[in-house]
Amino acid sequence: MPSLCRDCLHSFETGPRCPACRSPRVLAHPELFDLAIAHIDCDAFYAAVEKRDRPELADRPVIIGGGRRGVVSTACYVARIHGVRSAMPMFEALRLCPEAVVIRPRMEVYASLSRRIRDMMEELTPAVEPLSLDEAFLDLTGTARLHGAPPAILLARLARRMRRELGITASVGLSHNKFLAKIASDRDKPDGFSVIGRAETPDFLAGQPARIIWGIGAAGQAQLAAHGIRKVGDLLRWDRRELVRVFGKTGLRLWHLARGEDRRRVAPDAPVKSVSNETTFAEDIDAPDLLDGHVWRLSEKVSDRLKARGLAGGSVTLKLKRADHRLFTRSLTLPDPTQLAERIHAAAAGLQSASGLAGPFRLIGVGVSALVPEAEGDRLDDLLDPEGRRRRAAEAARDAIRRRFGSDAIIKGRALR
Amino acid sequence: MKVSIERSALLKAMGQAQSVVERRNTIPILGNVLIEAEGAQVSFRATDLDIEVLDRVPGMVEAPGATTVSAHLLHEIVRKLPDGALVALSDQPQSGRLEVRAGRSTFSLATLPREDFPVMASSEYASNFGAPAGLLRRLFDKSKFAISTEETRYYLNGVYMHVAEGENGPVLRCVATDGHRLARIDAPLPEGAAGMPGVIVPRKTVGELRKLLDDDEAQIAVSVSETKVRFATPEITLTSKVIDGTFPDYTRVIPHANTRRMEVDAAEFAQAVDRVATVSSERARAVKLSLDEDRLILSVNAPDSGMAEEELAVAYSDDKMEIGFNAKYLLEIAGQVDRENAVFLFNSSGDPTLMREGGDMSAIYVVMPMRV
Repeated sequence: MPSLCRDCLHSFETGPRCPACRSPRVLAHPELFDLAIAHIDCDAFYAAVEKRDRPELADRPVIIGGGRRGVVSTACYVARIHGVRSAMPMFEALRLCPEAVVIRPRMEVYASLSRRIRDMMEELTPAVEPLSLDEAFLDLTGTARLHGAPPAILLARLARRMRRELGITASVGLSHNKFLAKIASDRDKPDGFSVIGRAETPDFLAGQPARIIWGIGAAGQAQLAAHGIRKVGDLLRWDRRELVRVFGKTGLRLWHLARGEDRRRVAPDAPVKSVSNETTFAEDIDAPDLLDGHVWRLSEKVSDRLKARGLAGGSVTLKLKRADHRLFTRSLTLPDPTQLAERIHAAAAGLQSASGLAGPFRLIGVGVSALVPEAEGDRLDDLLDPEGRRRRAAEAARDAIRRRFGSDAIIKGRALR
Repeated sequence: MKVSIERSALLKAMGQAQSVVERRNTIPILGNVLIEAEGAQVSFRATDLDIEVLDRVPGMVEAPGATTVSAHLLHEIVRKLPDGALVALSDQPQSGRLEVRAGRSTFSLATLPREDFPVMASSEYASNFGAPAGLLRRLFDKSKFAISTEETRYYLNGVYMHVAEGENGPVLRCVATDGHRLARIDAPLPEGAAGMPGVIVPRKTVGELRKLLDDDEAQIAVSVSETKVRFATPEITLTSKVIDGTFPDYTRVIPHANTRRMEVDAAEFAQAVDRVATVSSERARAVKLSLDEDRLILSVNAPDSGMAEEELAVAYSDDKMEIGFNAKYLLEIAGQVDRENAVFLFNSSGDPTLMREGGDMSAIYVVMPMRV
């Protein structure tokens, strides 16, 4: 069976240890050198970066997340032993693991590291589709001749390089489509490399729980279970038309995925559809002034991200979660797409007052969608707002100052509320 | 209640009623029309709590009375009845239904008690005057396109009707704006209107009012208070709350010092704008106007789809200039011109542009340029 040493990258025919370096980290699979679609997922990325930069934390449970009322964005593997999971409310995480070290995320650090990882990936193939800062799909089809090695070796080399040069481990899933590659990367974590071949696909999938299918959350699971579908294999008994009748468009997707069929391409730079930011308050907020301060800061963040990407958006959405956890969203279409914090804020604040919703609120979010290139935005002034033009100029001047002296160099009074 | 009504009169009344009634109603009674029969007249009343329309139709009243029934249902039924039919409405107190009979068709409709129907409180009007239908039609028709749909600036969601000082004395004036374009239309002040408080007539009311204004000969009785406005013909009374807000000071927005004057055939101009805008992107339909001695070049450059250019002969004798606009805004204001050439007065490519019809100052439009 084709085998590969993940340490020295030596390839050979079967054996429990690498004949060259005696490492036991051997990868063996009948289709090892025939598969080309990979999913790479960094292991506890944010936490791993923090541990790398603060070695004294190496053996301690580390949780990345914000504030007492925030949620866990990443938990290191030590913290996970205590039951801490991503998206868990922070107070619950701290109840499970009181000795955990909680660190506020340093997004700029993660983002620049992510950029370096992506550069490494792009040395292998132009078909890199990032899903977030810490995971991406790669299509290595047809790259073997260029690199003089099959995809499996390139991927093992990439993982080794990330470990050696960046101090980060990642888990690799290698298969024949995106659906299975993503499942594979999750099978052997951390620092893993897992392969799902074509031949084994049907048997492998049949035994998996239905929740393994992307997009099937708790609600989807319950819906499937109501029809007696608990395992992926249960889907095979269904006629395609019947699945579509019961589950609509999802039914067709389920039919194909249950057979290990996924024809989605690895799409580099899948276009951004929206940009949004939200914040969960440390304590529920009722005061309009305080709320407006948050709306401003969020608008500013969204605006910064739009400006960084050269985009403007034609639709603004405000998201409010009340103390009783009821979620409300309100949105409006702008006559002129914008990337300006001023305009995003005006729209979001307008939505908030027009909503007539009474607090207290526990979460607020601001989002912008219907994105267009920035050249198509902010082209129209308001007759009734003669100061608008001057405020636009002021925002440009402020951005220039922030670029030069840092984002805290100049802030609005309302940002302090 | 037992009445018979001629189908076409009933259809007209129900058409008016069902358009006031909101399609989706959480309060069932608001989906109903209140039918009241007395003397030789049957009245139909519908409301959405902001607007109330009352239509009086001659009918043969065998037994006076009143009931309420679904406006959409009754409208649909009457619409499908043959022309010229005589429609008999009679309520059946024991079953709580309204029976609708015409020819060989019989319908039995659910009713709700008339006591539950919210009749708009009558109020004192500060000003009452009569105005010809044609005068009101022009005021509202030419201004309504500029009404804003932006909910956050609710005070722009209507036409501001008020008394103002025009070129030659006081006028009845309608103004609408969404912040990007503005329409200001004047009409001679009808007798008795001088003391009228300024009111913002909501968009929906403007739409309903339009149905009263088709007959040029008709005289409309207008009543205005701080909170309500009423338009009445002998048959129909439309009462509406006005928007509770302050209309912005539009006079500051109207440019007075724009000197660069372009005169163009409005229809030709609109067609050319429409043609070149074909290649512009869906969202931002920006058209560039390049002006030179008696020559206008309209152009669109859309990186994704292509470019377009068209030249028009115009009267222009000022400095060369370039200015961009949203094509839709240009088409809408050009569409308001019906007698003479359109006169555009520009200042710079960043300042509001003014448009009027020839030298007529009774209808002026302001439009904000777009950076291109």
